[in-house]
Amino acid sequence: MGSIDPRLAGARLMLSRVKAVVPVMSAKGGVGKTLVAVLTALHAARMGRRVGLLDLDVTSPSAHIALGVDPRRLQPEERDGVVPPEVAGVRFMTVAFYTWDKPTPLRGHAVDDAIREVLAVTNWGELDLLVVDTPPGLRDEALDTLEYLPGPRVLAVATPSRLARVGVERLLAILEEQGVDRYLVENMATGPGSLEELAERYKARYLGRIRYDPGVEDALGSPEKLLATEMARDTEQIARKLLEQLGL
Amino acid sequence: MHEWALIRAIIAEVEEAVKRGYELEEIVVYLGELQNVDRGVVETYLGEALPQIAPGARVRYETEPARFRCRVCGREWGLDAVELDEATREAIHFVPEAVYSFVRCPFCGSRDYEITSGRGVRLALAVKRSEETAG
Ligand SMILES: [Zn+2]
Repeated sequence: MGSIDPRLAGARLMLSRVKAVVPVMSAKGGVGKTLVAVLTALHAARMGRRVGLLDLDVTSPSAHIALGVDPRRLQPEERDGVVPPEVAGVRFMTVAFYTWDKPTPLRGHAVDDAIREVLAVTNWGELDLLVVDTPPGLRDEALDTLEYLPGPRVLAVATPSRLARVGVERLLAILEEQGVDRYLVENMATGPGSLEELAERYKARYLGRIRYDPGVEDALGSPEKLLATEMARDTEQIARKLLEQLGL
Repeated sequence: MHEWALIRAIIAEVEEAVKRGYELEEIVVYLGELQNVDRGVVETYLGEALPQIAPGARVRYETEPARFRCRVCGREWGLDAVELDEATREAIHFVPEAVYSFVRCPFCGSRDYEITSGRGVRLALAVKRSEETAG
Protein backbone atom coordinates (compact mmCIF):
# COMPACT_ATOMS: atom_id res chain seq x y z
CA MET A 1 0.00 0.00 0.00
CA GLY A 2 1.74 3.12 -1.22
CA SER A 3 1.26 6.37 0.61
CA ILE A 4 -0.30 9.43 -0.92
CA ASP A 5 0.57 13.02 -0.25
CA PRO A 6 -2.76 14.79 0.16
CA ARG A 7 -1.18 18.23 0.15
CA LEU A 8 -1.27 18.83 -3.58
CA ALA A 9 -5.00 18.17 -3.65
CA GLY A 10 -5.20 20.58 -0.73
CA ALA A 11 -3.21 23.19 -2.63
CA ARG A 12 -5.57 22.95 -5.59
CA LEU A 13 -8.51 23.60 -3.26
CA MET A 14 -6.83 26.57 -1.64
CA LEU A 15 -6.04 28.10 -5.03
CA SER A 16 -9.37 27.28 -6.65
CA ARG A 17 -10.73 30.79 -6.26
CA VAL A 18 -7.63 32.55 -7.56
CA LYS A 19 -8.12 33.83 -11.10
CA ALA A 20 -4.49 34.06 -12.17
CA VAL A 21 -1.32 32.62 -10.67
CA VAL A 22 1.92 34.27 -11.76
CA PRO A 23 5.17 32.67 -10.58
CA VAL A 24 8.05 35.11 -10.91
CA MET A 25 11.11 33.15 -11.96
CA SER A 26 14.73 33.75 -12.78
CA ALA A 27 17.45 31.50 -14.06
CA LYS A 28 19.90 32.86 -11.51
CA GLY A 29 19.92 34.86 -8.31
CA GLY A 30 20.70 38.54 -8.09
CA VAL A 31 18.50 39.73 -10.94
CA GLY A 32 16.00 41.47 -8.69
CA LYS A 33 13.30 38.82 -8.96
CA THR A 34 11.94 39.42 -5.46
CA LEU A 35 11.60 43.16 -5.94
CA VAL A 36 9.88 42.70 -9.28
CA ALA A 37 7.44 40.31 -7.60
CA VAL A 38 6.83 42.62 -4.65
CA LEU A 39 6.35 45.74 -6.79
CA THR A 40 4.10 43.97 -9.28
CA ALA A 41 1.87 42.81 -6.40
CA LEU A 42 1.83 46.27 -4.77
CA HIS A 43 0.94 47.96 -8.05
CA ALA A 44 -1.80 45.50 -8.92
CA ALA A 45 -3.33 46.04 -5.47
CA ARG A 46 -3.19 49.80 -6.00
CA MET A 47 -4.94 49.31 -9.30
CA GLY A 48 -7.84 47.84 -7.37
CA ARG A 49 -7.21 44.13 -7.86
CA ARG A 50 -7.42 41.56 -5.07
CA VAL A 51 -3.82 40.45 -4.84
CA GLY A 52 -1.80 37.87 -2.95
CA LEU A 53 1.97 37.57 -2.70
CA LEU A 54 3.53 34.25 -1.78
CA ASP A 55 7.22 33.89 -1.04
CA LEU A 56 8.13 30.32 -1.94
CA ASP A 57 11.87 30.85 -1.71
CA VAL A 58 11.74 28.76 1.45
CA THR A 59 15.47 28.54 2.12
CA SER A 60 16.04 32.28 1.92
CA PRO A 61 12.77 34.14 1.97
CA SER A 62 13.25 37.87 1.51
CA ALA A 63 9.97 39.41 0.35
CA HIS A 64 9.11 40.19 3.98
CA ILE A 65 12.31 42.20 4.27
CA ALA A 66 11.40 44.28 1.22
CA LEU A 67 7.93 44.85 2.69
CA GLY A 68 9.21 45.62 6.19
CA VAL A 69 7.29 42.77 7.78
CA ASP A 70 8.57 41.49 11.13
CA PRO A 71 7.51 37.85 11.11
CA ARG A 72 7.61 37.68 14.90
CA ARG A 73 5.00 40.39 15.24
CA LEU A 74 2.73 39.82 12.28
CA GLN A 75 1.24 36.33 11.96
CA PRO A 76 -1.33 34.68 9.74
CA GLU A 77 -4.71 34.07 11.30
CA GLU A 78 -5.88 30.50 11.76
CA ARG A 79 -9.11 30.20 9.86
CA ASP A 80 -9.82 27.19 7.63
CA GLY A 81 -6.07 26.88 7.23
CA VAL A 82 -3.97 29.99 7.70
CA VAL A 83 -5.10 33.30 6.28
CA PRO A 84 -2.25 35.57 5.15
CA PRO A 85 -2.19 38.99 6.79
CA GLU A 86 -2.65 42.04 4.60
CA VAL A 87 0.39 44.22 3.97
CA ALA A 88 -0.11 47.41 1.96
CA GLY A 89 -3.26 45.96 0.45
CA VAL A 90 -1.63 42.64 -0.48
CA ARG A 91 -2.33 39.32 1.24
CA PHE A 92 1.14 38.16 2.09
CA MET A 93 2.43 34.69 2.94
CA THR A 94 5.96 33.56 3.66
CA VAL A 95 7.60 30.65 5.42
CA ALA A 96 9.44 33.29 7.47
CA PHE A 97 6.28 33.53 9.60
CA TYR A 98 7.37 30.17 10.99
CA THR A 99 11.14 30.37 10.87
CA TRP A 100 11.44 33.92 12.22
CA ASP A 101 14.32 34.92 9.99
CA LYS A 102 16.55 32.26 11.44
CA PRO A 103 18.63 30.37 8.90
CA THR A 104 16.61 27.53 7.43
CA PRO A 105 19.13 25.14 5.92
CA LEU A 106 16.72 22.92 4.03
CA ARG A 107 18.16 20.32 1.74
CA GLY A 108 16.81 17.86 -0.76
CA HIS A 109 13.30 16.74 -0.10
CA ALA A 110 12.83 19.16 2.78
CA VAL A 111 12.65 22.09 0.33
CA ASP A 112 9.88 20.39 -1.60
CA ASP A 113 8.07 19.43 1.61
CA ALA A 114 8.11 22.99 2.89
CA ILE A 115 6.75 24.30 -0.41
CA ARG A 116 3.96 21.71 -0.48
CA GLU A 117 3.06 22.40 3.14
CA VAL A 118 2.79 26.15 2.64
CA LEU A 119 0.63 25.65 -0.45
CA ALA A 120 -1.63 23.18 1.34
CA VAL A 121 -2.32 25.28 4.41
CA THR A 122 -2.58 28.82 3.03
CA ASN A 123 -6.16 29.90 2.66
CA TRP A 124 -6.14 32.59 -0.07
CA GLY A 125 -9.87 32.95 -0.43
CA GLU A 126 -10.86 34.86 -3.53
CA LEU A 127 -8.14 36.63 -5.44
CA ASP A 128 -7.67 38.16 -8.87
CA LEU A 129 -3.94 37.67 -8.89
CA LEU A 130 -1.45 35.64 -6.90
CA VAL A 131 2.17 36.61 -7.46
CA VAL A 132 4.62 33.90 -6.39
CA ASP A 133 8.26 34.60 -5.68
CA THR A 134 9.91 31.28 -6.52
CA PRO A 135 13.29 29.83 -5.57
CA PRO A 136 15.89 31.13 -8.05
CA GLY A 137 17.46 28.86 -10.62
CA LEU A 138 16.34 25.96 -12.73
CA ARG A 139 16.65 23.18 -10.18
CA ASP A 140 13.83 20.88 -9.18
CA GLU A 141 12.44 23.09 -6.45
CA ALA A 142 11.86 25.92 -8.91
CA LEU A 143 10.44 23.79 -11.71
CA ASP A 144 8.31 21.59 -9.41
CA THR A 145 6.55 24.73 -8.25
CA LEU A 146 5.07 25.05 -11.72
CA GLU A 147 3.38 21.70 -11.31
CA TYR A 148 1.86 22.59 -7.97
CA LEU A 149 0.32 25.84 -9.16
CA PRO A 150 -2.81 25.73 -11.31
CA GLY A 151 -2.38 27.24 -14.80
CA PRO A 152 0.81 29.12 -13.98
CA ARG A 153 1.75 32.06 -16.18
CA VAL A 154 5.39 32.74 -15.61
CA LEU A 155 6.95 36.15 -15.37
CA ALA A 156 10.61 35.56 -16.17
CA VAL A 157 13.04 38.18 -14.91
CA ALA A 158 16.47 38.69 -16.47
CA THR A 159 19.10 41.35 -16.65
CA PRO A 160 20.84 42.37 -19.88
CA SER A 161 24.13 40.84 -18.70
CA ARG A 162 25.41 38.15 -20.98
CA LEU A 163 25.41 35.57 -18.19
CA ALA A 164 21.82 36.28 -17.25
CA ARG A 165 20.95 36.07 -20.91
CA VAL A 166 22.17 32.52 -21.28
CA GLY A 167 20.25 31.52 -18.17
CA VAL A 168 16.99 33.08 -19.20
CA GLU A 169 17.24 31.47 -22.63
CA ARG A 170 17.32 28.12 -20.88
CA LEU A 171 14.38 29.08 -18.68
CA LEU A 172 12.29 30.26 -21.62
CA ALA A 173 13.15 27.13 -23.58
CA ILE A 174 11.97 24.91 -20.71
CA LEU A 175 8.77 26.89 -20.34
CA GLU A 176 8.11 26.65 -24.06
CA GLU A 177 8.74 22.91 -23.95
CA GLN A 178 6.25 22.54 -21.09
CA GLY A 179 3.72 24.71 -22.83
CA VAL A 180 3.63 27.23 -19.98
CA ASP A 181 2.48 30.78 -20.78
CA ARG A 182 5.39 33.14 -20.27
CA TYR A 183 6.30 36.79 -20.04
CA LEU A 184 9.69 38.40 -19.94
CA VAL A 185 10.82 41.44 -18.01
CA GLU A 186 14.23 43.01 -18.33
CA ASN A 187 15.50 44.33 -15.02
CA MET A 188 18.44 46.62 -14.22
CA ALA A 189 18.55 47.81 -17.79
CA THR A 190 21.16 50.47 -18.43
CA GLY A 191 20.67 50.97 -22.15
CA PRO A 192 17.76 50.36 -24.45
CA GLY A 193 15.98 47.02 -24.13
CA SER A 194 18.07 44.14 -25.43
CA LEU A 195 16.08 41.03 -24.62
CA GLU A 196 13.14 41.66 -26.92
CA GLU A 197 14.32 39.36 -29.65
CA LEU A 198 14.94 36.67 -27.08
CA ALA A 199 11.34 36.91 -25.96
CA GLU A 200 10.26 36.66 -29.55
CA ARG A 201 12.36 33.59 -30.20
CA TYR A 202 10.76 31.69 -27.32
CA LYS A 203 7.28 33.08 -27.88
CA ALA A 204 7.26 34.94 -24.59
CA ARG A 205 5.45 38.25 -24.27
CA TYR A 206 7.99 41.02 -23.60
CA LEU A 207 6.51 43.26 -20.94
CA GLY A 208 9.23 45.88 -20.86
CA ARG A 209 12.36 47.01 -19.10
CA ILE A 210 13.05 48.33 -15.65
CA ARG A 211 15.94 50.74 -15.46
CA TYR A 212 18.67 50.24 -12.91
CA ASP A 213 17.74 52.22 -9.81
CA PRO A 214 20.34 52.48 -7.03
CA GLY A 215 17.76 54.30 -4.91
CA VAL A 216 15.75 51.16 -4.36
CA GLU A 217 18.17 49.90 -1.71
CA ASP A 218 17.22 52.71 0.68
CA ALA A 219 13.54 52.06 0.14
CA LEU A 220 13.67 48.46 1.30
CA GLY A 221 11.45 47.82 4.29
CA SER A 222 8.69 50.27 3.41
CA PRO A 223 6.02 49.65 0.75
CA GLU A 224 5.38 53.40 0.47
CA LYS A 225 9.04 54.20 -0.12
CA LEU A 226 9.36 51.32 -2.57
CA LEU A 227 6.41 52.61 -4.55
CA ALA A 228 8.07 56.02 -4.78
CA THR A 229 11.22 54.72 -6.49
CA GLU A 230 12.18 54.94 -10.16
CA MET A 231 12.05 51.17 -10.25
CA ALA A 232 8.43 51.29 -9.13
CA ARG A 233 7.59 53.74 -11.90
CA ASP A 234 8.92 51.34 -14.52
CA THR A 235 7.30 48.37 -12.84
CA GLU A 236 3.92 50.09 -12.87
CA GLN A 237 3.86 49.92 -16.66
CA ILE A 238 4.77 46.27 -16.50
CA ALA A 239 2.06 45.50 -13.94
CA ARG A 240 -0.48 47.28 -16.14
CA LYS A 241 0.52 45.25 -19.19
CA LEU A 242 0.51 42.05 -17.18
CA LEU A 243 -3.04 42.62 -15.90
CA GLU A 244 -4.10 43.34 -19.44
CA GLN A 245 -2.51 40.11 -20.68
CA LEU A 246 -4.19 38.16 -17.90
CA GLY A 247 -7.53 39.70 -18.70
CA LEU A 248 -7.89 41.13 -15.20
CA MET B 1 -8.21 26.27 12.11
CA HIS B 2 -5.14 24.83 10.49
CA GLU B 3 -6.10 21.13 10.85
CA TRP B 4 -9.08 21.85 8.67
CA ALA B 5 -6.83 22.50 5.67
CA LEU B 6 -5.19 19.09 6.03
CA ILE B 7 -8.55 17.38 6.57
CA ARG B 8 -9.94 18.97 3.42
CA ALA B 9 -6.87 17.83 1.50
CA ILE B 10 -7.39 14.23 2.65
CA ILE B 11 -11.07 14.35 1.74
CA ALA B 12 -10.23 15.72 -1.72
CA GLU B 13 -7.70 12.94 -2.28
CA VAL B 14 -10.12 10.20 -1.23
CA GLU B 15 -12.86 11.71 -3.39
CA GLU B 16 -10.47 11.68 -6.31
CA ALA B 17 -9.69 7.99 -5.82
CA VAL B 18 -13.38 7.11 -5.64
CA LYS B 19 -14.08 9.18 -8.73
CA ARG B 20 -11.41 7.23 -10.58
CA GLY B 21 -13.37 4.09 -9.80
CA TYR B 22 -11.28 2.60 -7.01
CA GLU B 23 -13.22 0.63 -4.46
CA LEU B 24 -11.50 1.39 -1.21
CA GLU B 25 -11.02 -1.25 1.41
CA GLU B 26 -8.99 0.72 3.89
CA ILE B 27 -7.96 4.31 4.45
CA VAL B 28 -5.03 4.91 6.76
CA VAL B 29 -4.30 8.40 7.98
CA TYR B 30 -0.78 8.78 9.34
CA LEU B 31 -0.32 11.60 11.80
CA GLY B 32 3.29 12.62 12.18
CA GLU B 33 4.46 13.41 15.69
CA LEU B 34 6.52 16.36 14.46
CA GLN B 35 3.55 18.28 13.08
CA ASN B 36 1.49 17.39 16.14
CA VAL B 37 -1.98 17.92 14.69
CA ASP B 38 -5.01 17.63 16.93
CA ARG B 39 -5.92 13.98 16.47
CA GLY B 40 -9.36 14.44 18.02
CA VAL B 41 -10.29 17.10 15.49
CA VAL B 42 -8.99 15.04 12.57
CA GLU B 43 -10.86 11.92 13.69
CA THR B 44 -14.10 13.78 14.30
CA TYR B 45 -14.19 15.42 10.88
CA LEU B 46 -12.94 12.48 8.89
CA GLY B 47 -15.11 10.08 10.89
CA GLU B 48 -18.08 11.93 9.55
CA ALA B 49 -16.94 12.63 6.00
CA LEU B 50 -15.14 9.47 4.89
CA PRO B 51 -17.97 6.91 5.33
CA GLN B 52 -20.07 9.05 3.01
CA ILE B 53 -17.39 9.29 0.34
CA ALA B 54 -16.09 5.74 0.54
CA PRO B 55 -18.83 3.58 2.08
CA GLY B 56 -17.55 0.38 3.59
CA ALA B 57 -13.92 1.42 3.77
CA ARG B 58 -12.14 0.85 7.08
CA VAL B 59 -10.54 4.00 8.46
CA ARG B 60 -7.48 3.81 10.64
CA TYR B 61 -5.34 6.47 12.29
CA GLU B 62 -1.73 5.94 13.14
CA THR B 63 0.58 8.23 14.97
CA GLU B 64 4.11 8.09 13.57
CA PRO B 65 6.94 8.98 15.93
CA ALA B 66 9.28 11.66 14.62
CA ARG B 67 12.76 10.37 13.81
CA PHE B 68 15.81 12.23 12.57
CA ARG B 69 19.09 11.04 11.06
CA CYS B 70 22.19 13.21 11.06
CA ARG B 71 24.01 13.41 7.74
CA VAL B 72 27.25 14.32 9.49
CA CYS B 73 27.62 11.90 12.42
CA GLY B 74 25.10 9.35 11.21
CA ARG B 75 23.25 9.09 14.50
CA GLU B 76 19.50 8.94 14.85
CA TRP B 77 17.27 10.50 17.42
CA GLY B 78 13.66 11.34 18.29
CA LEU B 79 11.84 14.41 19.55
CA ASP B 80 12.46 13.39 23.15
CA ALA B 81 16.16 14.14 22.61
CA VAL B 82 15.55 17.84 21.98
CA GLU B 83 13.84 20.58 23.93
CA LEU B 84 11.31 22.75 22.18
CA ASP B 85 9.49 25.68 23.71
CA GLU B 86 5.86 26.33 22.95
CA ALA B 87 6.41 28.98 20.27
CA THR B 88 8.75 26.66 18.42
CA ARG B 89 6.29 23.78 18.63
CA GLU B 90 3.65 26.07 17.22
CA ALA B 91 5.84 27.08 14.26
CA ILE B 92 6.63 23.44 13.52
CA HIS B 93 2.94 22.61 13.78
CA PHE B 94 2.28 24.85 10.77
CA VAL B 95 5.35 24.02 8.70
CA PRO B 96 7.32 21.02 10.02
CA GLU B 97 10.44 22.13 8.09
CA ALA B 98 10.68 25.03 10.52
CA VAL B 99 12.39 22.42 12.71
CA TYR B 100 15.59 23.11 10.77
CA SER B 101 15.60 26.67 12.07
CA PHE B 102 15.44 25.59 15.69
CA VAL B 103 16.91 22.12 16.14
CA ARG B 104 20.45 20.82 15.70
CA CYS B 105 21.74 17.29 15.94
CA PRO B 106 21.92 16.61 19.70
CA PHE B 107 25.16 14.63 19.22
CA CYS B 108 27.31 16.77 16.94
CA GLY B 109 25.42 20.06 16.62
CA SER B 110 24.98 19.78 12.86
CA ARG B 111 21.94 21.17 11.10
CA ASP B 112 22.42 18.77 8.26
CA TYR B 113 19.99 15.99 9.10
CA GLU B 114 16.90 14.46 7.62
CA ILE B 115 13.48 13.73 8.98
CA THR B 116 13.17 10.00 8.39
CA SER B 117 9.66 9.59 9.75
CA GLY B 118 6.78 11.30 11.48
CA ARG B 119 7.02 14.55 9.57
CA GLY B 120 3.39 15.38 8.90
CA VAL B 121 0.06 14.07 7.74
CA ARG B 122 -0.07 11.50 4.98
CA LEU B 123 -2.50 9.05 3.62
CA ALA B 124 -2.52 5.46 2.41
CA LEU B 125 -5.33 3.84 0.48
CA ALA B 126 -5.92 0.13 -0.01
CA VAL B 127 -8.21 -0.92 -2.81
CA LYS B 128 -10.27 -4.11 -2.84
CA ARG B 129 -8.31 -7.00 -4.24
CA SER B 130 -10.79 -7.81 -7.01
CA GLU B 131 -10.35 -4.27 -8.28
CA GLU B 132 -6.59 -4.55 -8.14
CA THR B 133 -6.41 -7.71 -10.20
CA ALA B 134 -9.03 -6.44 -12.62
CA GLY B 135 -7.00 -3.28 -13.21
ZN1 LIG C 1 25.13 14.64 14.17
